[in-house]
Amino acid sequence: MTMQPSTEFHPRWYRTRVSTYWWMGSWRYLKFILRELSSVAVAWFVVMTLFQLRALLNGPDAYARFTHRLQSPWMIALNVIAFCFLLLHTITWFNLAPRAMPVRFGGKRVPEFLVAAPNYGLWVVASAGIAWFVLRTS
Amino acid sequence: MSKPSNEGFFWLLFSAGGVVAAVFIPIHLFLFGVAIPLGWISQPSYEHLLALVQSPLARVYLFVLCSLPLFHWAHRFRFTLYDGLQVKHLNEVIFAFCYGGALLGTLFSGYLLMSM
Repeated sequence: MTMQPSTEFHPRWYRTRVSTYWWMGSWRYLKFILRELSSVAVAWFVVMTLFQLRALLNGPDAYARFTHRLQSPWMIALNVIAFCFLLLHTITWFNLAPRAMPVRFGGKRVPEFLVAAPNYGLWVVASAGIAWFVLRTS
Repeated sequence: MSKPSNEGFFWLLFSAGGVVAAVFIPIHLFLFGVAIPLGWISQPSYEHLLALVQSPLARVYLFVLCSLPLFHWAHRFRFTLYDGLQVKHLNEVIFAFCYGGALLGTLFSGYLLMSM
């Protein structure tokens, strides 16, 4: 972009205003906005977890009310959507790592999927560990 | 608002929260939000979960799980609102709302986990 010389009496340079819905024009932009909006699902999860902790603190009855509320169809639908957004976040976040930090080995750039792979490995192991802690009975 | 001078610090929180959210939140959300309410997996007992939450390591973990992702949200949501809505005159309000919310959530999670 070249800077236009400003003169003393020149009116403000005309700039077209970008539409508020600029991101609906193409799939790339839409994907970008969806990825950014995944943060809302992250915040939703934290709020739900805070309610869960408060219910745990308030005793068995309060916790039973909390789990009952989570079983309503609206809540399940909301959480399914939130879960999809979280998957979008995880996948885009992991795949970004090799771009942010290109790894070279023997003078050659390591393929992106090989750099992202350990992230997925860590994800699987961490998820299995948490599930084991939450679900084990004894 | 002009560029805040400590943008790097907020970016660090954003990025740390992004990692925590990517690795740990999906399984939590799947278990407690989807699989257990739908009855695919039986409900863990109240006593089991309480005992789990009362262990010191789990409390530290849960504090990290709540606080850092909130700051991740604050950063991303702030810029989504800046760019998406293009409401420059509201940028300071958006900033206060996002980081104020993240801070409140963090304090509340700390309070809850300390009283367990």
